[in-house]
Amino acid sequence: MTTTERTAASFFLPSEEPLGLINADGAPVAEPALEMPADDVLLRLHRAMVSGRRFDAQATALTKQGRLAVYPSARGQEAGEIGSILALRPQDWLFPTYRDSMAVVARGVDPVEVLTLLRGDWHCGYDPYRANVAPQCTPLATNTLHAVGFAHAAKTKGEDTVALVLLGDGATSEGDTHEALNFAAVWQSPVVFLVQNNGYAISVPLSKQTAAPSLAHKGVGYGMPSVLVDGNDAAAVHAVVEQAVARAAAGGGPTLIEALTYRVESHTNADDASRYRDRAEVEAWLTRDPIARLERYLTDRGLLDDAAREEISARAETEATSLRERMNTDTVLDPADLFRHVYAEPTAALRRQAEDLTAELSLGAEE
Amino acid sequence: MTATLESTSDTLTMAGALNRALADALGEDERVLVFGEDVGTLGGVFRVTDGLAARFGETRVFDTPLAESGIVGTAIGMAMNGLRPVVEMQFDAFAYPAFEQITSHLAKLRNRTRGAVELPIVIRIPYGGGIGGVEHHCDSSEVYYTHTAGLRVVTPASPADAYALLRQAIDSPDPVIFLEPKRRYWEKETVRLDHRSSTLDRAVVRRSGTDVTLISYGGALGITLEAAAAAAEEGYRAEVIDLRSLAPFDLDTVAASVRRTGRAVVVHEASRFCGYGAEVAAQLSETCFHYLEAPVLRVGGFDIPYPAPNLEKHHLPNVDRVLDAIERLQWDDAAPLTNTEA
Ligand SMILES: Cc1ncc(C[n+]2csc(CCOP(=O)(O)OP(=O)(O)O)c2C)c(N)n1
Repeated sequence: MTTTERTAASFFLPSEEPLGLINADGAPVAEPALEMPADDVLLRLHRAMVSGRRFDAQATALTKQGRLAVYPSARGQEAGEIGSILALRPQDWLFPTYRDSMAVVARGVDPVEVLTLLRGDWHCGYDPYRANVAPQCTPLATNTLHAVGFAHAAKTKGEDTVALVLLGDGATSEGDTHEALNFAAVWQSPVVFLVQNNGYAISVPLSKQTAAPSLAHKGVGYGMPSVLVDGNDAAAVHAVVEQAVARAAAGGGPTLIEALTYRVESHTNADDASRYRDRAEVEAWLTRDPIARLERYLTDRGLLDDAAREEISARAETEATSLRERMNTDTVLDPADLFRHVYAEPTAALRRQAEDLTAELSLGAEE
Repeated sequence: MTATLESTSDTLTMAGALNRALADALGEDERVLVFGEDVGTLGGVFRVTDGLAARFGETRVFDTPLAESGIVGTAIGMAMNGLRPVVEMQFDAFAYPAFEQITSHLAKLRNRTRGAVELPIVIRIPYGGGIGGVEHHCDSSEVYYTHTAGLRVVTPASPADAYALLRQAIDSPDPVIFLEPKRRYWEKETVRLDHRSSTLDRAVVRRSGTDVTLISYGGALGITLEAAAAAAEEGYRAEVIDLRSLAPFDLDTVAASVRRTGRAVVVHEASRFCGYGAEVAAQLSETCFHYLEAPVLRVGGFDIPYPAPNLEKHHLPNVDRVLDAIERLQWDDAAPLTNTEA
């Protein structure tokens, strides 16, 4: 293991204001630290965000129809979810949380497979090795250490793989996050930590979560470059994550990024956000909508016209319809599945229990 | 009902009874504190702490940063310095980050310091399944705690017990793991608001019977009582014992029953292998061997990770499985229907 050179703290410090490339009005901002993504990238970001939001709305609708047990919406966080994913290379890995279904879909996993967990059919509906996406994690911050271990293994094996781990502002308080940041910095692991600071951990506001000037500051003490970015600016998120991925891939070690954003909906469909925040606060954030601002920028630049916009939303609608139709069938589950995959080979005890259940069910069927 | 009882009782859900117990404890003792994730403004994800922050202020009831090890670890320090923290772990599986603090420190500090350090801390944990929760929201984690000497572990199965047990737990000089069966949060009953009416470590007989003893607790008590009612129709008079306290285990109450009935079934949601039922069965075979007409049976969940919600019903023990166990107790060797005691 190589030891890290100690570097002046200032090198690791995030900016005081979040970095941005396109402001809330859709106007470009001069930001020397970042490069505006190419036009085709911006167009891809826009299209994927529109699809992502439509997917999110569809998933929320499915909870109302009882098709999903629960869904944590990421509406308003499209720039963080999509901006980061589109900055990954195919060989890179994503370590997402329960909130990041949109990112997992953007990574190429079939939305029905993504929703299998939330529908309640199985604890993970996709094969992580197919799209390089770890199972979505529910216990907070546990994915941070998995990402570091994965990236460390890749580095040890000489593979060019970077791990992107997503976490929330609340999760930064867990011990696992601190251990992960420290391991990653000491090992110089190719990891990008992206904290989506959406203001609340269920009901607890950021002010009760941390006293640090920003969550990005948390990287400084561990010795890693730390970036504060406007989390509603897809261009900026994309640029920042791309830089961090490139540095990690080149052996430059981990980066901590805080994307400043807002959770527009409740924590999940089961939560009542009016208990802990004002409507006015939500309204204020709605004016910083990530999709509207990129749309404005692209339109002003002549890269997007009404016809294109219609085509994009029609496409998102088609995807949502297909998702709805496929989610509207009752899945038939095999109770024997309970005993599969507990061990590589079922133990004798599990085989007996499976037989017992089969007997019980066939008896029930006869009655 | 006597006049005094009426004036000190109320009809409450289990969540409401717990809320009332916390409010009464906070009101009576300045040293009591309530803290954890979302317990303040939101009132907890199950609303057990609803209204307490507004009523008692932010220094008594407050949200912490999101860190279970931090919550339990700081509670230990506070208790060492004279406070009586009651903390909430949001769900069963989210208590695991605090496992080190609970098992290595909370449970051991009294013993290590030869009694000098007392830790009157209550850790409230909503636990168990049956509500269609997604992964990590349904664990029956009781034996991790009961296996750890130095902890008391209790679990109410009714609103009345929830109130009484929580008051007793807060009064306890020892740390208490307070397991709340979340599937019973919304059940209602008349609750006596006289917490001295209960002791922390006694089991209670919920239904009398003479032919078989059914031993259960927490979330599984409901189906156990249902099974006892169904068994009665088939001629078996089942006695049902609600353990309430898992550590310590009230062997006296359980053994007295089993010596009368000669047969026992333990029912719980947790996986059967190394589950709580194994301890009960072992203690009964050690103390009641000559009274037993049959081996002590266990009905529990399968030995699998808690399944996804849509298969949960096959995993959880149900009435039929309890009835099957009762039938399997070799009735031919005895005469269950001629017992004159009933
Ligand atoms: C270890 C652990 N403790 C508690 C919880 C319960 N819980 C689920 S989400 C949540 C809030 C998380 O907030 P944050 O990290 O900011 O992410 P967000 O939900 O805002 O995306 C809590 C407390 C959990 N999932 N894991």
